[in-house]
Amino acid sequence: MDESLTLLGFGPEGWGQVLLNGGLMTLAVSACAFALGLGLGTLCAWARIAGSAPVQRLAQGYGVVMRGVPDLLVIYLFYFGGRQIASAVAKQFGHVGPVEISGFAAGCLAIGLLSGATQAEVLRGAFHAIAPGTLEAARVTGMRRWTMFPRIIAPLALRTALPGLGNQWQSVIKESALVSVTGLVEALRAVTVAANSTELPFLFFLAGGGIYLAITTISGLLFRIAEWRSMRGQAAATGRG
Amino acid sequence: MDIAFIAQIFPKLLAGLPLTLLLAVLSLLGGGLIALGLSGLRASSWIGARVADFYVYIFRGTPLLIQIFLIYYGLAQFPAVRHSVLWPLLREPYVCAVLALMLNDGAYTSEILRGGLRAVSTGAIEAARVSGMTRLTMLRRIVLPLAFRQALPAYGAEITSMVKATSLASVVTLMEITGIARAEVSETYRAIEIFLCAAAIYLVLVTVIARAVDWLEQHLSPYRRPTGARSLA
Repeated sequence: MDESLTLLGFGPEGWGQVLLNGGLMTLAVSACAFALGLGLGTLCAWARIAGSAPVQRLAQGYGVVMRGVPDLLVIYLFYFGGRQIASAVAKQFGHVGPVEISGFAAGCLAIGLLSGATQAEVLRGAFHAIAPGTLEAARVTGMRRWTMFPRIIAPLALRTALPGLGNQWQSVIKESALVSVTGLVEALRAVTVAANSTELPFLFFLAGGGIYLAITTISGLLFRIAEWRSMRGQAAATGRG
Repeated sequence: MDIAFIAQIFPKLLAGLPLTLLLAVLSLLGGGLIALGLSGLRASSWIGARVADFYVYIFRGTPLLIQIFLIYYGLAQFPAVRHSVLWPLLREPYVCAVLALMLNDGAYTSEILRGGLRAVSTGAIEAARVSGMTRLTMLRRIVLPLAFRQALPAYGAEITSMVKATSLASVVTLMEITGIARAEVSETYRAIEIFLCAAAIYLVLVTVIARAVDWLEQHLSPYRRPTGARSLA
């Protein structure tokens, strides 16, 4: 037991720093992917609510494809496909042999695209939960669309979307573990390296599970606080759920 | 796009389809049993409910890949496991992958089942009790069918997500669709064509399953048919 603690600690024998860095990298990948997904999700929700028929179909198709394909495959596609394209381009410039691309970028892009599809659904649902009267009132007072979005639509929709977005953040964290297949040293890769060199796989994968559990638990609490804050002053005013 | 290459790669990838389906079916069956066990545990006592909650919390709070690694690589750390009668089984990546997928699916399914059970109205249960049904008959004839119907849309999503999750078994060397695709890519370096073909197979599979669940949902809600209105949930 003492030996395990030393190995997991921050001493010269310990892997603590490696695991901590891995955890921070997991947070960084997740945050970038989630932000990308939020941007894409907003665009898609907008396309589905107010777009012309072809634009709506395009957004819908994106959603169907992204929800029908395994996450791991999308990461592979971006990482190895990206390498294939980069090598082909490099060949045009006279470079021979494989070209490395960033696992971080490929992973963020892949998970961002995947998460964007689900976030679009959450945001669309949240938009439809805004009482039509509110939008009418805004229009009647002479607001233009560009004023209405930041002042009326975004605050009201985000409040409803918060629980759904929280769930999405949790799944982005878990999906980010798959980016370890690109060799990026995030939490899972860090514990795998430690497990291999110490030959104590159970201990280190358990520690890895602990890292993810800590991240998901703490962010779950933060989202719950944010939900509670966003509902201040209108707990029971509207029966909308 | 090289049509000849794609025509050649498709049958190779499709050879992994039976294993993908088998992994999905086994883990859904096992996961379903675990979920039923967890709801039994939840109903049994306060401590049972906390144990079930803890199980769900652990398995939903960590990535599936780490659960697979913990079982496949992790258990080998203990000499007691390596010398046990179960070792020939636990050494197999196939068994470990199914075990991890089952345990994971059980946690998600138990939450879905809980939602479904909550939706069974007390009136229905009272009526069943008044008509003299025993607990087990009531469970079999009234509670579970109603809960199942209620939980079907969410469970449909869980089925498709399990089918997609089987792709992680490729990481522990299993040659299902993703595993074959990965091997073909390292041989031919044509990542884009091969992974897109594999993605197309999953997409068709998931679409077929989603349609089937939709049909079942329609079929099980005759009272909704005349209006043609789809689920509002």
